[in-house]
Amino acid sequence: MMTEISLNILDVAQNSVRAEATLIEISVAADTVQDRLTVVIKDNGCGMSEEQVRNVTDPFFTTRTTRRIGLGIPFFKQSAEITGGSFTIKSELGVGTVTEAVYVLSSIDRMPLGDMTQTIHSLVTMNTHIDFLYTYSADDKSFVLDTREFREILGSGDFDVPEVSAFIKDFLKENHAEVSDLAE
Amino acid sequence: MKSLEELKAIREKMKGQVDIRDEASDAIRVVVGMATCGIAAGARPVLTAFSDAVQERDLANVAVVQTGCVGLCQYEPIVEVYKADGEKTTYVKVTPEMVNEIIDQHIIKGNVVTKYTIETAKLG
Repeated sequence: MMTEISLNILDVAQNSVRAEATLIEISVAADTVQDRLTVVIKDNGCGMSEEQVRNVTDPFFTTRTTRRIGLGIPFFKQSAEITGGSFTIKSELGVGTVTEAVYVLSSIDRMPLGDMTQTIHSLVTMNTHIDFLYTYSADDKSFVLDTREFREILGSGDFDVPEVSAFIKDFLKENHAEVSDLAE
Repeated sequence: MKSLEELKAIREKMKGQVDIRDEASDAIRVVVGMATCGIAAGARPVLTAFSDAVQERDLANVAVVQTGCVGLCQYEPIVEVYKADGEKTTYVKVTPEMVNEIIDQHIIKGNVVTKYTIETAKLG
């Protein structure tokens, strides 16, 4: 079991990395009027067959060969559903996968969102060959991190170079603080 | 608020520097297990602590990378340190507090921190 939603996001985004996605879109949106926290992870990776999609929320299903259980998606699904929210996963072979978890924002069973700065920073700096489009919003405020913009400015994908890595961390930290943390 | 202008300034600064870092010079690899088991056990702050420490101390010959499940989930967070000669040390149940000691003793001075290794954990 994860203790923060941001850890589920990090874990499930690793599936997109392994699916050889070149673009991973992550969005986190807190809406106090609708009382919802919506998390979407979308990739353009290899996708899954219909049978795999049917089985993927089963804890005893995995594509790994090292062992026969996989808990990433079941954890994510359970974390949303215990709040009275919902979970969907759609995938198409050769096109990609979209995972959506909707939480009831005010539910006492909703885990804190946790440290999204660490989650996004480690994804971006550890997978410099992949582009990330991250959107965080809280009611009418929002910000976007798009590594394609960074790549264009830098003329390279050197996101793991100390100066650039520090910039990305501060960019995330300051923007998260500015948009507010309704999801804590 | 950070703006993209700052990133442009960083690019200009980087242009003037000779690239002292190249992949071939990464004599030491620090591999952090980041599958579901690792993340649930607390691997994310451990990964961050290693990356931050390596950057802060300017250890150009150390690469911090991540991997999936190594099949020892009960010992997560697991960190494997590979030396240039291929020698591997497996640290288990690693916490961010242990990171500086592993870097000082093992990565810089070359002395394995035996009390945190899997061999010690199996005895205890």
